[in-house]
Amino acid sequence: MAVVFEKTELLTDLPMHYCPGCTHGIIHRIVAEALDELGIGKTAVGVAPVGCAVFAYDYFNCDMMEAAHGRAPAVATGIKRVCPDKCVFTYQGDGDLASIGTAEIVHAATRGEKITAIFVNNAIYGMTGGQMAPTTLPGQVTTTSPNGRDVEHCGYPVPMCEMLATLSGSAYIQRVSVHDVKHVKAAKKAIKNAFAAQMENKGFTMIEVLSTCPTNWGLSPLEAVQWLKDNMIPAYPLGVFKGAEA
Amino acid sequence: MASVTVNEELCKGCGLCVDACPKNIMRLDSAKINQKGYHTAHCAEPENCIACAFCATMCPEVAITVEK
Repeated sequence: MAVVFEKTELLTDLPMHYCPGCTHGIIHRIVAEALDELGIGKTAVGVAPVGCAVFAYDYFNCDMMEAAHGRAPAVATGIKRVCPDKCVFTYQGDGDLASIGTAEIVHAATRGEKITAIFVNNAIYGMTGGQMAPTTLPGQVTTTSPNGRDVEHCGYPVPMCEMLATLSGSAYIQRVSVHDVKHVKAAKKAIKNAFAAQMENKGFTMIEVLSTCPTNWGLSPLEAVQWLKDNMIPAYPLGVFKGAEA
Repeated sequence: MASVTVNEELCKGCGLCVDACPKNIMRLDSAKINQKGYHTAHCAEPENCIACAFCATMCPEVAITVEK
């Protein structure tokens, strides 16, 4: 029998600690497969965030570095400048990239650092217990917005792709989702495009991946993917915001 | 005939593979639990499997291997 699908060697055999139905695992897999298919997996260097994906360094079978909260783009900048021939990526959640690490991501993008940020947006703080994040949708119920996010009091969600696409240093910015098979395949293609653009020294690249948080959204895994489709995609439209799709 | 192998110790019974299967032949086994206490997924009718690997594409645990 021929193998149609098996786990890539760029993921370790360690069981992932994510909650059942959390799409972090899918995103880990497509990042690893994208690196593998471009033939840059063995030399790639990843930077793990603080948040649910804090143990990402245990799951990727390439060199990994752990950064202080939000500072993954700064650490990745250092690695890339010392090793310009290696593919360097950060893997960050919305609490990491869009909140405490906003300065680092904006300045890495505006400097045109030749790194790739994989930005996992699930519209909530997952690891700390489901508090409101900068990306939480208006009206969305979280533990710190029990009556729904009130934009008069808490402001509006931050559209990171739209924001970073305005900067001259960014080369490729795309938003994708992983709520069904078709979108998972499109997300993998986007991540490959971003890594390829990085290796061609085009500039800063970022892929925002809309993800689920069944536990903190208070939904089953299947309800969560439906909620993502119905609520997050209208608020965070998918598409290429900067650069040409290969 | 295709073969879908689920690593039962990695499976968390989320059911995303069950939802993704176009032939509706992936099931969660309510009679069985793994070490973590989850009802694990399996392919109930391997003779009807078309080896599309949609189940493996959606599996967050990367627990599924598909052969044909």
